[in-house]
Parts: sequence; structure tokens; C-alpha cells
Amino acid sequence: MSDIAERVKKIVVEHLGVEESKVNENSSFIDDLGADSLDTVELVMAFEEEFGCEIPDDAAEKIVTVKNAIDFISENAD
Amino acid sequence: MSDLSGKSALVTGASGGIGAAIARQLHGMGASVALSGTRIEPLEALAAELGDRTAVTPCNLGDGEAVAGLIGQVEAALGQCDIVINNAGVTRDGLAMRMKDEDWDTVLAVDLTAAFKLSRAALRGMMKRRWGRIVNITSVVGHSGNPGQANYAAAKAGLAGMTRSMAAEVAARGITVNCVAPGFIDTPMTDVLNDKQKDGINERIPAGRMGAPDDIAAAVAYLASNEAGYVTGQTLHVNGGMAML
Repeated sequence: MSDIAERVKKIVVEHLGVEESKVNENSSFIDDLGADSLDTVELVMAFEEEFGCEIPDDAAEKIVTVKNAIDFISENAD
Repeated sequence: MSDLSGKSALVTGASGGIGAAIARQLHGMGASVALSGTRIEPLEALAAELGDRTAVTPCNLGDGEAVAGLIGQVEAALGQCDIVINNAGVTRDGLAMRMKDEDWDTVLAVDLTAAFKLSRAALRGMMKRRWGRIVNITSVVGHSGNPGQANYAAAKAGLAGMTRSMAAEVAARGITVNCVAPGFIDTPMTDVLNDKQKDGINERIPAGRMGAPDDIAAAVAYLASNEAGYVTGQTLHVNGGMAML
């Protein structure tokens, strides 16, 4: 797994308080990891902070799985 | 009252009677306080009176760009923004039939839209820290209505609805959002009334007198305290019994 993927996974584990083993690239924040809509807003904020990038609202709406987050950040982070 | 040491508060409209009383109260509880308003002189005089743990952050809340930057200014000056007191308000009274669009728009922009934008900006840090207090100063007229104040009453009633929605969204993050609704308070705004007008007002108030800015500040202090952490989405009416809602 790439460095970005590891860091995304770590944020998800910390923010949602889920077992690391339950988080894989295809996990959906809401359906698989028990996040609510406010959790997803917080996750996006945490990604922005960790990777120093801005995630616009229309992009944030499309980040529903761990893989979506990794892909967006890989394409947009410095 | 509860200790707010280590917390930082923004008070808008701190150049006015009620805002200054709120700022003094929160400062007295140990909070650092950012004083915002349009008139810089009274803000600086208040900051000098309070001493340490203060910042002066002037802002015209009718100016969208200035509003967008205010929370950032507070965070830069005080490190963070844990408490937001949306106290600033303007009136442009007139009968609805004759009210100009501009008078409607100005009141809604300052009294309602600015409070929304400041709260939205401050919530980010509050969510992260899992602690926050937003207190919106509304008015008895937002609940009772008042001839000549369709704009002001709409803005204040709007604040109450916004408060309840926001409160529901962030309650699980240790953040509370509440209103304090003053009745008639003795401030420079009511000084212009003559004795006969004041007597007329006092007759409508079971307590038999106008409130003081400190009466409002005490209610704000409670809602900003740690002890009020389970109180959210509420309006605390401070009006001498004038309207029992």
C-alpha cells in the first residue's frame, strides 16, 4: 500500500474508532464503517489538514469509500 | 459561575451596551475575548479596561468578505475560537408596506446571515476540539412580532430556527447552540425614549422595570459554561416576564 493509502487509513481508523482490520480500500464510510453524514464532513476536514489540499464540496460528495479518498488525494495533493 | 480559562470567545457588537456587558462577563470567567464591532474607539476602550486576554477585531457584518475573514482573525489573535456570541444587530424600522428593500436586506444580512457565516466558520475548530458554545442574541419581538419591525423580527425568528437546526447537527460533538432573547433592556438604544414612553413600557413588564445589560450577560454566561453542556437548541427569554413563552 502506498504512503497516502496508509495515512488515509490511519485517519479513518482514528476518526471513526473502527478496527484497522475492518478498513480496506473498498470500505464505504457510511455503509461499512458506521459513519454518519457529520463524520464524513469531519473526515474530509481531516484529509485536507493531513495532506494540505482543499477538497471542494462537489468532490467531497463523491468521496464515499476509502479508495475514493486515496484516489482524490493522489491526484490532487502536492 | 463556571471557569472558562483557556477558552476564547468572539463577541460581535461589543461596542454596544449588551455586547460590552457580555464581553466583561466572559472575560471575568477567565476566557480570552475578541471584541468585534464597527466602532473601533469603544472596542479599544473596552480592551484597555479588560487588560490581558483581549483582542480587538473590528468588522462590518454587512460586508460579506469581512465576515468571511473574522473567525480567522480571531483564531490568529487568540489561537482558537471556542465560543461565539452573535450579539450584533441593527434595526431599520418602518411599516412593512413602506419598507424599502434595502432596509430589509441590511437587517437580514447583519442580524441573520452574518451569524450563520460566523457560526459555520467557527464550527470547524469546535468540531475538532469536541467543545463549542454558540449563543445567538435574538429578541422577544422575534417571537411576539412588533409593528414596524418586520425585518428585525424576521431576522430574529430566523436565528431561532437556525439555532435549533445547527444544534441538532453538532450536539454529538460537544457543541451547543442556543439563543438568549432579551426584552426591553436599558441601553443607549432605549435612552432616546422619554419618561412617558418608558412608563408605558414598564407597565407591560411584570417585573416593573427594564432589564440591564448584565441581566443578558448572566444568561449568556450560563449557556457558555461547561455546566450548560446538556442545554442545546433552546431560547432563554430574559424579559422581566413581559412574554412568557
